[in-house]
Amino acid sequence: MEVTTKSMPYDAWKDNEYIEKLVKELQANGTNVIVGSLDKLINWGRSNSIWPLTFATSCCGIEFVSLGAARYDMARFGWEVARSSPRQADFMMVAGTIVKRMAPVMRRLYDQLAEPKYVIACGACAVSGGPFKKSYHVVMGIDKIVPVDVFLPGCPPRPEAMIYAIMQLSRKIKVEKFFGGVNRKENQKEFLRNHPIEGVED
Amino acid sequence: MFDFSLLTNWIDNFFEQTCGMPGWLATTVECILIGLLLLTVYAVLALFYIYYERKVCAAFQCRLGPNRVGPFGLLQSFADMFKMLIKELISLNHIDKFLFALAPYLVILASMLAFAVLPWGKGLQIINFNIGIFFLIAVSSIGVLGILLAGWSSNNKFTLIGALRSGAQMVSYELSIGLSVLTIVAFAGTMNIVELVEKQDNLWFIFSGHLPAIIAFIIYMIAGTAETNRGPFDLPEAESELTAGYHTEYSGMHFGFFYLAEYLNLFIVSGVATLLFLGGWMPLHIPGWTGFNEIMDYIPSVIWFIGKAIALSFVIIWFKWSFPRLRIDQMLALEWKYLLPINLFNLVLMVLVIVYQFHF
Amino acid sequence: MAELKEKIAKLFPDATFEDGDILLVNIADEKWHDCALALRDTLGFDFLVTIVGVDWKDKLGCVYYLTNTTNNEHLSVRVTTDNVETPMLHSVADLWSIAGIFEREVYDFFGIVFINNPDMRRIFLSIDWKGFPLRKNYDESEEINPVTVENERQTDFTDTYVELPDGKVEKREVRVFEPDDFVVNIGPQHPATHGVLRFRTAVDGETIKKIDVYMGYIHRGIEKICEKLTYPQTLHFMDRMDYFSGHPYHHCLCMTIEQAAGIEISRRAQVIRVLMDELSRIASHCLFIGTFCMDLGATTMLFYTLRVREQILDIMEKTCGARMTFNYECIGGVMQDLAPDFVEDVKALLAVLPRNIKEYNKLFTGNVITQNRMVGVGHLSKEDAISWSVTGPSGRASGWACDVRKTDPYSIYGELDFEQVVKTEGDSMARFKVRMEEMEQSAKIIEQLIDNIPEGEYCVKVPKVIKLPVGHWFRTVEGCRGTFGVYLESDGSTSPYRLKLVPPSFTAAAVVDHITRGSKIADLITIGGSLDYIVPDMDR
Repeated sequence: MEVTTKSMPYDAWKDNEYIEKLVKELQANGTNVIVGSLDKLINWGRSNSIWPLTFATSCCGIEFVSLGAARYDMARFGWEVARSSPRQADFMMVAGTIVKRMAPVMRRLYDQLAEPKYVIACGACAVSGGPFKKSYHVVMGIDKIVPVDVFLPGCPPRPEAMIYAIMQLSRKIKVEKFFGGVNRKENQKEFLRNHPIEGVED
Repeated sequence: MFDFSLLTNWIDNFFEQTCGMPGWLATTVECILIGLLLLTVYAVLALFYIYYERKVCAAFQCRLGPNRVGPFGLLQSFADMFKMLIKELISLNHIDKFLFALAPYLVILASMLAFAVLPWGKGLQIINFNIGIFFLIAVSSIGVLGILLAGWSSNNKFTLIGALRSGAQMVSYELSIGLSVLTIVAFAGTMNIVELVEKQDNLWFIFSGHLPAIIAFIIYMIAGTAETNRGPFDLPEAESELTAGYHTEYSGMHFGFFYLAEYLNLFIVSGVATLLFLGGWMPLHIPGWTGFNEIMDYIPSVIWFIGKAIALSFVIIWFKWSFPRLRIDQMLALEWKYLLPINLFNLVLMVLVIVYQFHF
Repeated sequence: MAELKEKIAKLFPDATFEDGDILLVNIADEKWHDCALALRDTLGFDFLVTIVGVDWKDKLGCVYYLTNTTNNEHLSVRVTTDNVETPMLHSVADLWSIAGIFEREVYDFFGIVFINNPDMRRIFLSIDWKGFPLRKNYDESEEINPVTVENERQTDFTDTYVELPDGKVEKREVRVFEPDDFVVNIGPQHPATHGVLRFRTAVDGETIKKIDVYMGYIHRGIEKICEKLTYPQTLHFMDRMDYFSGHPYHHCLCMTIEQAAGIEISRRAQVIRVLMDELSRIASHCLFIGTFCMDLGATTMLFYTLRVREQILDIMEKTCGARMTFNYECIGGVMQDLAPDFVEDVKALLAVLPRNIKEYNKLFTGNVITQNRMVGVGHLSKEDAISWSVTGPSGRASGWACDVRKTDPYSIYGELDFEQVVKTEGDSMARFKVRMEEMEQSAKIIEQLIDNIPEGEYCVKVPKVIKLPVGHWFRTVEGCRGTFGVYLESDGSTSPYRLKLVPPSFTAAAVVDHITRGSKIADLITIGGSLDYIVPDMDR
């Protein structure tokens, strides 16, 4: 199955093997026709309406602003409805360095997002600590705190790269399964089990 | 001009005579049909308005706006709504669960009820009764209750501040709306919506009512913008101040209701302005230009009404994307120190116009 | 300088002096408060540029940089303590308003307690952080301060150390807020804080009673990392602090290192540096106008201003190869030569800029709502601006002529013809207008230079390994948001012993509490926007 988004040829993607593997895993048990088409409909809605949470800590956040501006215009894809309240957003673009003091806040924001929720680690700092690798206060990669769907390198990534990353996310949502079966959510739950917060239940 | 009452009467006859239903059953079936139709119109209009606003806003900001989902991005708001329907409804601790769940429905209910009396077209009206416009003002105030409840029951400081702002704002601007409506009611001499529209047969009130009607129109537009919580009066949900204002804690479809109601209220406010000042579904008639008037009559009345409402909404959207936001004290000062006195004076002026027959 | 030395020697006979660019006075801690009072009142050193905490291993101490704003004299004072276990110095928080905040920073990094400072909490690191990171013997291992997802401990109390008449120091707990205050937490994730700044705001209805500023949500420890890197490696952090004034910040650090190493750079490099500084100033102010208007609710302005910014970024990208983090200036000049069509592009920019500024004024400045929201809101008097060290456009809006390009001309600014924009109103509108007009002034500077870029090498030859002699240097430049300073102390090795960066945003955020009291919540957004602080800049 070729998973792609509108006006993006399948060959233009860089990591088709990954998504093919994901599809194979998801369809290992076959799909029910009715459930499958319902899933398709739901995924159509979800993958075409990804609203970001306004969450930026540093330089990458400014590139995210540029992404919204006239030249790159993320409104074309319907991503411009940036919600300030995590309850109403779909994904969190962790744009910028996350430091130890910010980590609990970010985790809390993640927990406040309503399902289905996704995370993009945007920029070298969020991916691995980046130029602040030697710092005593920087979290070396946000995948220690929250499950990440798409890693986006760059310091800061160009707006084009951000578009690519969100399209990549949109593609991942397209192969998800809403009704039963293995899906990304299982991994997410496992992650949260391994990184618990005291006194809070899932 | 096509009279939609022919159609509605035919349906009524079809149920009662062809199908042989008793009167009560026919009415029930009709009510259900109307309900369904209303829901559809409601949803489609709201989705259209979301798309419309996004496109208009993009145009003001030299952007393209949604253009990927469906042709010209037309399906964008459908996708949004679809996603919102299946998004998680987060249950919160330490809140008043009943009121929290009730609030979005109250907001939706208010805008739904207002739909009932709008003059959609010639003979196309859900209820026609002699205090129509009064009913409209009454039901649109229920929305405030929903917003206040939403803010209070969320047990969050931001939502509380948002709700308080909203309460103060809506209660104040309701006065201006009421008075400007009163100005026109005094001019027309009726509160019945059908009669109000029909009185504008030859000339819309905004033209025939002279200066006081124009003043009332401007005040109505300002107060209407405030009533719908839109910029520059979007203090209750001031994004840069209160994150998302009174609906900060709402997720999924509950938030979707607020989101839809916001756009529907925009339509209702422009619809009422259309009804009061721009002749409702009446085509544009210019006295003396018979040929022109006849051509205008060929355009269906529904299109006239919705077209005018959308054009007025454009103006309100224009406000939002050009003006910075007011501060709470400035907003109240605008109402109590300027709009209200002007409005009262305007009412007197209108009475004088009526008494001395200055109007056309 | 000799005159100043004499005056101080007369007042405080046991002070010792070290000559340099800036006169350094060594004084004992017991005398320091009296000395500071005399310096401020008698000698007119009313502007406290910064307090640099330094760990000299056998002793801890602070270097205070002071400036007299009337005659523009500079002075530095060093106060040290030999007690490394429980270091204590006397506070000067009662003399300069900003000193209290600076002292909190020193406490946070070095653990030096300031006696009589009313608020001795950590400022950047969380309340339970173990150790003082900028000390030389700080243990950085992850186990001591692990990454945690548990919420940070909160307290409404702060410590203060009071000196009793008998000379003993007593620790007391003081409330930050009144017990029945309604405290709203704004930030760290909030659309109007321009990043991750946190205000705990006590409100009475819509009126603000007090704001407690929490920083450090993006404290990345740049100063500490720099101590482990060689000099050329430290440069790239300048892009990542205030990401709009990467060029001026680079300029400052390069100048400091070049001065220390005795490197003379070519005129071409100087001109290129100044051109880049001014271009980034325009880009930065453009973004300021956009985000400020967005905070006030006029979203559309953002898109109009970003248009110009994108044009400038294009110019930069062609020459520097990046949109935001340029890393362009290097020790000895600049990294690459200018792109072939640089001159042409800049001229195209200069042609559209006046038209755009006119458009901004038409769309926003004259609007009634804008006027109501901004005029008279967040008034900062000149005295307060100096006392709180609010430099840059915000300081100039209060009538304080503090443009380093004019007061201490560096690079080739002395030869250029431009005005220092000063307004006296001190409100948000003035801060907005100063920036608007500064864009025109920057354009004027670029106009003078663009046709006269001299030929020559863009980067002089510098040794492969840069070693600085033992000593310390302090340089300031005019960043896009105010005076940016670099304090560099070298022990003769290839990496800095102490590199202190003095960002303008830090003081701008600290003054928020002072000027918002009694205003509405909406005014907090206006004031915060008009002060234009960048959070990674203040947190470092």
